[in-house]
Amino acid sequence: MTTSTSVTVSPTFLDRVRGYSPPRRYLPVAATVALLIGMFGAGSLRYQGFADPQVVLNLFVDNAFLLVLGVGMTFVILTGGIDLSVGSVVALSTMIAASTLQAGWPAIATIIAVLVSGTLLGTLMGLVIHYFEVQPFIASLAVMFLARGLCYLISVESIPIREAGFTAFAQGSVPLPGGYHVTPSVVVAVVVFAIGAWVLHMTRFGRTVYAVGGSESSAHLMGLRVALVKVGVYTISGLCSALAGLLFAAYTLSGYSLHAVGMELDAIAAVVIGGTLLTGGRGLLLGTMFGVLLLGTIQTFISFDGTLSSWWTKISIGTLLLIFVVIQRLLTRRQN
Amino acid sequence: MTQVTTSIPPPAVGTPVVEMRGISISFPGVKALADVDFRLLPGEVHALMGENGAGKSTLIKALTGVYTIDEGTVTVAGTDHRFTSPADSQAAGISTVYQEVNLCTNLTVAENMLLGREPHRFGRIDVKAMNRRARSVLDRLGLSIDPGSSLGEHSIAIQQLVAIGRALDIDARVLILDEPTSSLDADEVAKLFAVMSDLRDQGVAILFVSHFLDQVFEISDRMTVLRNGKLVGEYLTRDTTQLTLVEAMIGRELETLDRLEHQAPTAAPDEARVPLLQVLGLSRKGSLQAVDLEIYDGEVIGVAGLLGSGRTELARLLFGADTADAGTIDVRGSRRRFRTPRSAIGAKIAFSSENRRAEGVVEDLTIADNMLLTLQAARGWLRPVPQRTRDRLVEEYIKALDIRPPDPAALMRNLSGGNQQKVLLARWLITQPELLILDEPTRGIDIGAKTQIQQLVAKLADEGMSVVFISTELEEVLRLSDRVVVMRDRAKIADRFNDESVTVAGILATIAAGGAELKEEDSDA
Repeated sequence: MTTSTSVTVSPTFLDRVRGYSPPRRYLPVAATVALLIGMFGAGSLRYQGFADPQVVLNLFVDNAFLLVLGVGMTFVILTGGIDLSVGSVVALSTMIAASTLQAGWPAIATIIAVLVSGTLLGTLMGLVIHYFEVQPFIASLAVMFLARGLCYLISVESIPIREAGFTAFAQGSVPLPGGYHVTPSVVVAVVVFAIGAWVLHMTRFGRTVYAVGGSESSAHLMGLRVALVKVGVYTISGLCSALAGLLFAAYTLSGYSLHAVGMELDAIAAVVIGGTLLTGGRGLLLGTMFGVLLLGTIQTFISFDGTLSSWWTKISIGTLLLIFVVIQRLLTRRQN
Repeated sequence: MTQVTTSIPPPAVGTPVVEMRGISISFPGVKALADVDFRLLPGEVHALMGENGAGKSTLIKALTGVYTIDEGTVTVAGTDHRFTSPADSQAAGISTVYQEVNLCTNLTVAENMLLGREPHRFGRIDVKAMNRRARSVLDRLGLSIDPGSSLGEHSIAIQQLVAIGRALDIDARVLILDEPTSSLDADEVAKLFAVMSDLRDQGVAILFVSHFLDQVFEISDRMTVLRNGKLVGEYLTRDTTQLTLVEAMIGRELETLDRLEHQAPTAAPDEARVPLLQVLGLSRKGSLQAVDLEIYDGEVIGVAGLLGSGRTELARLLFGADTADAGTIDVRGSRRRFRTPRSAIGAKIAFSSENRRAEGVVEDLTIADNMLLTLQAARGWLRPVPQRTRDRLVEEYIKALDIRPPDPAALMRNLSGGNQQKVLLARWLITQPELLILDEPTRGIDIGAKTQIQQLVAKLADEGMSVVFISTELEEVLRLSDRVVVMRDRAKIADRFNDESVTVAGILATIAAGGAELKEEDSDA
């Protein structure tokens, strides 16, 4: 009541008070972090060895590809779009990698081929979405079917990867102080994450991503390069999917048409649980990382328990997603 | 132009910085601009005048590259340009503040002001330098807000000033301000005008659009008048009177305005008559305290009061858009209970919402479809209105209300605000209501359409329709109504016949007096 009186007395004072309060945009991320800490607390009380730092590191090891996917997906969702194709592109990437390696290509050529094809698919999708004003849902759905179909064109069988460089990468270990270790995949994922965060939060391209998500027509009238950004985010998502595909190929040492079925939904879930609004314009890449870790923690929880069926993963993710969407809705409604 | 020495700096008659020749733009069903010439000289404030739908916004968007022009040429500083995007025109030194605030509320104030030309260091945005630069521009506008705060936290007025700040930061040759003052208070307008004068003295050409004639005469040096997408003429402000300007804008003499003003209110209702609507103790928790109201046939009830005084809430309760907690409504002596607008429509009550865009207009339908919506809904979906009746009704109302363009197939979204309002009025008039509730029917529309709507209300009342007329403009309320109801703090505080003794000042005093005793409650609300 007293604050509402001071509103009328001095608006500038109110502005100053507001300036000091923690920005509301960190609230969803803070909620995710709190939940993550809570789950770890519960886990370590219940199961022995749950609180081991290596368990945390393993979250990164097992979800490196999901983190890379999440980075691309965050860009797309921040513009208010969606990319359903990422799971299929991961599968296609494993297939291209496995088949070219089988055909005797050098690893570097394979990597370039995979990254280029994924990026091209993303760019194509972005062009269709922007210039033909096709709903991102539909355009990426089309690419999802296309990429999955192309997998079968390459082979219906699973193709093993035996190339020396890939196996070395897959079995490699990066030691950390204190006797802990991670895989090279984690290093790649963290580097991708860092670059993504830098672009999103420090560059004009990144800020324009937010502007487009806030109001595309305003961004256009402000003279910002909306076309570049809209095509750009799908290109980035395509590139990230291809990279995630390479990591997944290394993780499973195989290429298979049925890899990563439904993974696009995991990526979207991670982004949303990380506090990014599906309508675009609000969210942090850091949130996506915590979203990925939270999904990983649920899986760890269930594997530690041993008695719970794996369906509990889905049930908990579903519940969490629902809760987060409602929380976001409440937060944004208050803002209006 | 003859050179006259006055206190106003004479517009430099030299090479125009912007010259538009023979500009034509068409939208499906609407010729928005036809062969319009326009020039803008450096160091002048040039007002672009015209009614809603005259083509002002279209001309501006043609200049800023939002719309592509069908015919004509645009020359900026001597070079021909063909702008295809706002970025193009910005690059040519044209900076624009559009009518609706076109910023991103999810970004910070500084980002909104500087995005697209933000300071960089080592390839990254230098946030500190950006906030500093934003700070200095905000200081010029007399705004003490944190450049790092999110834009969405601020009021529309501040957002509007931030949009102006964005335009100021560019060292623009041409600054376009489309209705920049509509959401500003007097102090903020004064500050804006000071900044505009400064820029003018520095040689910037300013294009200014406003519905407030006083403001136009205060700040502008020259004006161009458009009507129906055509050029009427270019005038020097100091050689023009408000009367000649308005006549140029609406293309006819202004006597109608005066005639309406002197129209005698209809005779006081006979006590013995049964009122059309008798309302007793109508209230709703948190939105309206108990209100009594009687409305007789052919009566215009003006509802005066500040925004949020309960005017709209009263209208919504009468129409069943909200449900009342307590109180009764009698229509012609029989008790009715309106739980939904549908039951109110059944009792021949019509309500035109103040929120035209969200609660009235269906943008993607044609004029004809928009007009017939309520009639069709009232008849039920299984009894379609015969095509011939439809055509006849639509044609009749387009003609009666002077809707432009007079094309039943024109899309609603391409109409100006005033014409949209007329279509909405037609929508209700077609259902032949006995009580017409109009909530802010003339807000945001130009003087020509406004006069037409006021005349229409007077005519309808003469024909026996009762009208509840809600408006923020007290002059308008007094000009039209037979009885004036004054609202304050969600309660009715006065209800009196509109005779000679009722004045704008008197109503304001009533509102203010009601405020003195209710001050305690105010801070609680």
